Amino acid sequence: MNAPVGFDPITDAARRPLSSFDMSDPAYYQDDTWYPYFARLRREAPVHFTAESAYGPYWSVSRYKDIMQCEVNHAVFSNEIGGIQVEDQPKDMQRPSFIRMDPPKHDEQRKVVSPIVAPANLANMEPLIRQRTQRVLDALPRGETFDWVERVSIELTTMMLATLFDFPFEERGKLTYWSDVAIANVNAPDAPVHSEEERFAELKIMAEYMARLFAERREQEPKFDLLSMLAHGSATRDMPLREFMGNLALLIVGGNDTTRNSMTGGLLALNQFPDEYRKLMDNHGLVESAVSEIIRFVTPVIHMRRTTTQDIEVAGQQIPAGAKVVMWYVSGNRDEEAIEQPNRLIVDRKRPRQHLSFGFGIHRCVGNRLAELQLRILWEEILQRFPMIEVMGPAKRTYSNFIHGFRSMPVRIPA
Amino acid sequence: MPKVTYIEYKGTEHTVDVPVGTSVMRGAVDNNIPGIDADCGGECACATCHVYVDKAWLDRTGLPLQGSQEASMLSFAAVTQPDSRLSCQIGMTEELDGLVVRMPEGQH
Repeated sequence: MNAPVGFDPITDAARRPLSSFDMSDPAYYQDDTWYPYFARLRREAPVHFTAESAYGPYWSVSRYKDIMQCEVNHAVFSNEIGGIQVEDQPKDMQRPSFIRMDPPKHDEQRKVVSPIVAPANLANMEPLIRQRTQRVLDALPRGETFDWVERVSIELTTMMLATLFDFPFEERGKLTYWSDVAIANVNAPDAPVHSEEERFAELKIMAEYMARLFAERREQEPKFDLLSMLAHGSATRDMPLREFMGNLALLIVGGNDTTRNSMTGGLLALNQFPDEYRKLMDNHGLVESAVSEIIRFVTPVIHMRRTTTQDIEVAGQQIPAGAKVVMWYVSGNRDEEAIEQPNRLIVDRKRPRQHLSFGFGIHRCVGNRLAELQLRILWEEILQRFPMIEVMGPAKRTYSNFIHGFRSMPVRIPA
Repeated sequence: MPKVTYIEYKGTEHTVDVPVGTSVMRGAVDNNIPGIDADCGGECACATCHVYVDKAWLDRTGLPLQGSQEASMLSFAAVTQPDSRLSCQIGMTEELDGLVVRMPEGQH
């Protein structure tokens, strides 16, 4: 999976015939070699067809404005027909969730859970998030190398998730495990599951565990956690098993994995651009824009997939009905036509909120403000107590074409 | 040039000129008025330029059409009211000179 020694992605991206481009290969993201390939696609074939891949034929949309066009047209670009990933879920193991639905059912289910991230509730959660962040940071070792992913990113996002679900706190490691199971590429050697059957079986265990909590919440008065909301919502209280599995997996992955990887990727990016790190250390008022910029730069979701309900033209290219269309957020967020100097992290960038990482249109990330809040608090607290945290070696990235993740990243806080 | 008054959630008022042919969102963003994020840049794709239109002006701005993209995006926004609009969808005209809009507690 690792690129052979001497392999140069820039040369390969320039010489390879466009017809052989297949950006669904997870190795591009594990090896972090995707940049020159998408740069060429944006330039020469912004709407590109891959005839053969491990996931069958598909179209790639790689420019910011073309992705936006697909995002806002949910009548033509369906989530329900084929789901949201270039890889289809096996027919007998499909797990519908509201992100894999079109209106009206999507709207009804999304509205059940969205109040959890309403402005007033975020304000309520802020002190708890800050207190936990302080505790986690204060316990970190000084002057020795440790894994940032495990000690900080996973720890903080798992606690958050336990709170969102009002999940038994001591058991919260299960949530991280299920999240990893839900997004794993079953062909990766370090994946927690190695077949779709195994994944389904593990997610069924998750559903059974959650079903017990769900049943309890249903008997209780409605309260402000995701399970209680689902248990009392008229659009969600009687979900069939596979839909229950799907919606829980969606909320667990969406509520943790993306933020986890932004916590890691942000520190890595600031190490790659030490002048920007210094700028931020000198002016803590830049945290808010730095957070948006980090989310753009990291792009925690690599792509979203749609399926066309009719023939449609995008950037002058005809796409037929029934086609699999992949919107590459990683590429749109590096599109020089939409974003100035897109390959640089610039913490005081103009209009840092204009990025594709949360998606746009009716499926835009429901938890985006919570993610920003968690990251803002993390950076406020880091800047207050530590000198520059150093990345000590290569970060290990996830073998996935969907979640842009990190397995580990060695760091050191100067003594 | 027509003027628009933007009132922040906590009450701070800003009155600025907004050129005809642009949008009420654009007027806020171009004048760095806090409280309107406009993450999608005016594509009606994010609902982060949400405002409440002052009663006196609702006849002239109108409400989102049923089944429109604006109505759909607004239905996912937090803290909506019957007078909610996405300000990127309110085109600026001479008729709207003096328009008053208020901002919600948060953009979502």
